[in-house]
Amino acid sequence: MRRHQELTKILVRSAGGLLLLMLSSMAAAASVGFINPAGPIAEALRDHLIFIVVVMMVVIVPLFIALPWVLWRYRLGTKSGSYQPNWEFSWILEVLIWGLPAVIVVVLGWNLWHQSYELDPYKPLASTEAPLEIEAIALDWKWVFIYPEQGIVSVNEVMIVAGRPVSFRLTSGTVMQSFMIPRLGGQIYTMAGMVTKMNLLASEPGQFRGLNTQYNGMGFANQKFMTHAVSQADFDRWATNMSASRPPLNQAAWAQLTKPSVLAAPQFFGSVAEGFFTAVVAGFTGGSHHHIKADGTDL
Amino acid sequence: MTSESIFSLLGTLTPQDISFVQTFENPVMSEFIDGAAGSVLVVGMIIVVGLLTYYRGWKTLWFDWLTSVDHKKVGIMYIVVAFVMLARAIIEGVLMRYQQSIAVNDPGILTADHFGQLFSTHGSIMIFFMAMPFITGMINYIMPQQIGARDVSFPLLNAISLWLTAAGAALVMISLVVGKFSTGGWTAYPPYTGIEFSPGEGVDYWIWSISLTSIGSTLTGVNFATTIYKNRAPGMTLFRMPLFCWTSLCTSVLMIFAMAPLTIATLMLALDRYAGFHFFTNDLGGNMMNYANLFWLFGHPEVYILILPAFGVFSEVISTFSGKTIYGYKSLVIATMSIAVLSFTVWLHHFFTMGQGANVNAIFGIATMLIGVPTGVKVYDWLLTMVRGRIRLTTAMLFSIMFLVTFVIGGLTGVILANPPVDFAVHNSLFLVAHFHNMVIPGVLFGMIAGYQFWFPKAFGFRLAERWGKASFWCWSFGFYLAFMPLYALGLMGAMRRTVEWFRPEYLGWLQVSFVGALLLFSGFLFLCVQLVVSIRQRDRRRVPAGDPWDGRSLEWSNSAPPPEYNFAVIPHVSGKDAFTQMKQEGQAYASPSAYEDIAVPKNSIVAPVIGIAAIAFGFALVWHIWWLVALSFLAMWGAVIARSFVTDTERVIPASKVRADHEAWLQQVRECTTTSREQEDTNSNVGRAEVLA
Repeated sequence: MRRHQELTKILVRSAGGLLLLMLSSMAAAASVGFINPAGPIAEALRDHLIFIVVVMMVVIVPLFIALPWVLWRYRLGTKSGSYQPNWEFSWILEVLIWGLPAVIVVVLGWNLWHQSYELDPYKPLASTEAPLEIEAIALDWKWVFIYPEQGIVSVNEVMIVAGRPVSFRLTSGTVMQSFMIPRLGGQIYTMAGMVTKMNLLASEPGQFRGLNTQYNGMGFANQKFMTHAVSQADFDRWATNMSASRPPLNQAAWAQLTKPSVLAAPQFFGSVAEGFFTAVVAGFTGGSHHHIKADGTDL
Repeated sequence: MTSESIFSLLGTLTPQDISFVQTFENPVMSEFIDGAAGSVLVVGMIIVVGLLTYYRGWKTLWFDWLTSVDHKKVGIMYIVVAFVMLARAIIEGVLMRYQQSIAVNDPGILTADHFGQLFSTHGSIMIFFMAMPFITGMINYIMPQQIGARDVSFPLLNAISLWLTAAGAALVMISLVVGKFSTGGWTAYPPYTGIEFSPGEGVDYWIWSISLTSIGSTLTGVNFATTIYKNRAPGMTLFRMPLFCWTSLCTSVLMIFAMAPLTIATLMLALDRYAGFHFFTNDLGGNMMNYANLFWLFGHPEVYILILPAFGVFSEVISTFSGKTIYGYKSLVIATMSIAVLSFTVWLHHFFTMGQGANVNAIFGIATMLIGVPTGVKVYDWLLTMVRGRIRLTTAMLFSIMFLVTFVIGGLTGVILANPPVDFAVHNSLFLVAHFHNMVIPGVLFGMIAGYQFWFPKAFGFRLAERWGKASFWCWSFGFYLAFMPLYALGLMGAMRRTVEWFRPEYLGWLQVSFVGALLLFSGFLFLCVQLVVSIRQRDRRRVPAGDPWDGRSLEWSNSAPPPEYNFAVIPHVSGKDAFTQMKQEGQAYASPSAYEDIAVPKNSIVAPVIGIAAIAFGFALVWHIWWLVALSFLAMWGAVIARSFVTDTERVIPASKVRADHEAWLQQVRECTTTSREQEDTNSNVGRAEVLA
């Protein structure tokens, strides 16, 4: 009997401990993802989500209230509710159940239309500063970032300027992938021979994890990179330093990068051929497929 | 791939492709699990063969089942396939939840390759070899009886559809033992699934299993639609059909139009892989976006192919167990039709993130939300069906009610995902995984389980044990919430699908809760098995020979349980909705017909099993490049079709005297049965004759 009690005690304690562990991990979890935005885009996405949830409650809450009530009131054996086995229609209810969802779809549809344009990832962000241009190439299983103005390259790490818009142009050197930095905004596919675009902004300095969201094989889970949002001065210092101290991205280095692999640490290159990104895109389209323009204007 | 000759006996197949050999050569946990799964399959097959031999069941199996073209037997066989495949895919789900719950900054127990195969087979099986056979089986069994028909329009074609689906399922099962399956997910997006990035047999297994079943489903659609248009009993106008028939009709039409893009897409992918074409490759003019386009042109209607029959089941179950006619019948029909039409206008929402621009996305986003209107109408119609009724909380009804509650949450997240801006944030994430499981488990699966509980006594002549059914219900319900609500949260926190290992400790608690939920879901499945075993053992006490245990409303309840081969001794004349309720109230039920006629029923045929077995060989040979077998099995399939076209004697006549004797004997038995009130529905006094409320 005592043994039984002790066992119960242990079970209760370990269950309590496990629960505590879970709760604390859940509380900590709120700090990641776009629900904890670090820039205006992610913030707008979150607010848009909350708006939809609130509006949808108009159709959902009545069901949650009515269903238990109906189940109770019309249970078998009750004397309360009337039994009318042939009751099958009411114009008032009919107008209500078609009308209310229709009105909600009009409201949400109106909002959807405007938000789709407002939050289009291709849309340049309003700012007094010109955006920082970055060209991203998805490889197996790594991300290559080219800074055309600075003429430098970083792999699996991206340096941006806090408060200044970033304009990404993206392509893939391999299978289809999807580029995303969750705390800054949404995602966009990258595809070989094509260019997609993404405009983002980090409000404050910080570190934000980015990743590929589209499954692409064995190294998929490891295809993460860190985004560092720093001041303009720090960014300039970093770029100069890289330019001076790192090797160039030559054919041999590129051949090494395009082999499927997971990198142990980020890599950096101090120089890169002008138009490298465009050449990677054109490498897939060849000369005969002029309908896809390498500069992305046709997409 | 090794160098190969087109005359090679075993193609590219080598001993190293057998999963047990792999396990032996590389005894790590992941390989061990793979080997164990293969062993379960092989041992299971040996046990089945042994039992069949011991109980001398081969003859029954062959003559009563495998060669049968009776829509009821075909329907049951479809559902058996669904159950077997469900068992495998649900275990895979649990295994993946376990891997993810331990793989936070830790590799866990599964390799990336094994994990990739698991999510690919889990998804492919659940959609194509669990949900599709389940709904097809359910429609097969019920729909002809509800419209007062003796069979579907093309009984042999029906059996061929079954065998093509079973052949696809068999290929997926074979991949457990011989070789590997695809790691490209159930959608198999190229260029990843192209030959350059996925050499080897995996994607080919996916291609041929899906191609076979997609052709089977197209034929099924043609068959069901024709049956509903042409085989209805006199007086059974379209607007008197039970709602399950309406949803079956919509599903059939969707099957006819939606399966073709899938078949085309898989065959184009096959041409890329086998013949060096460049439909979807990165270079030489290939365009992978076309695949996504074709796939989802099928894929979106597909979710309605699955959900509409479930909606039909809920309509029947809620109406029957509320003891009341359905509320807003025409409204529900219009809503169903609207959903079917709209389902073809929204496929682009599966790739809002492909870069096509705001205007295109906005149009498809709004079209997607529009589907919410008829769906919302349906939910409220079901609620109003219960109003002013007398509700009995049977297992089937409990599943239906839990569906209503849970499906609305899935609807909410569906509307969220329909908004392109939000989709940009949660596309590919666990939020999406949670959403489609939220639609497919409470929607399709709960619907099919409810239908199984509801119609089981009709098909087998005895009621299932409610106690175990309810135990199963609670496991499925709590299991669902525990397993998938955390995934919504994880998706919002940036956790992506198909991830074998995590690097964020914040995810841990949520993943652990989700694993507990997966275990509960598996228990729900086990309880269903227990329920079946217990009910079979108690079958003599649970019999409902009179055939109407739930005070049913439509024609299938008017005949015996199980029904005779020809369904109806005399084709009924229908004069309203709820045809059987009307008969009971007017005292017309169980009346002796004035005259009997000879009934012609289709003869058994070996054509379908021959095509099915040849299709397995065909698929297997294509996967392993065994070209002589490809040719041989192809000839066998079409040889069977050609040989069949020379068979003119395809029907067997049951003489009127035999029909009369059987039917009158049954009617006599019914008249001797005591009637059961609804309060005593779940007692052994329920022998299938319902007390008629005046």
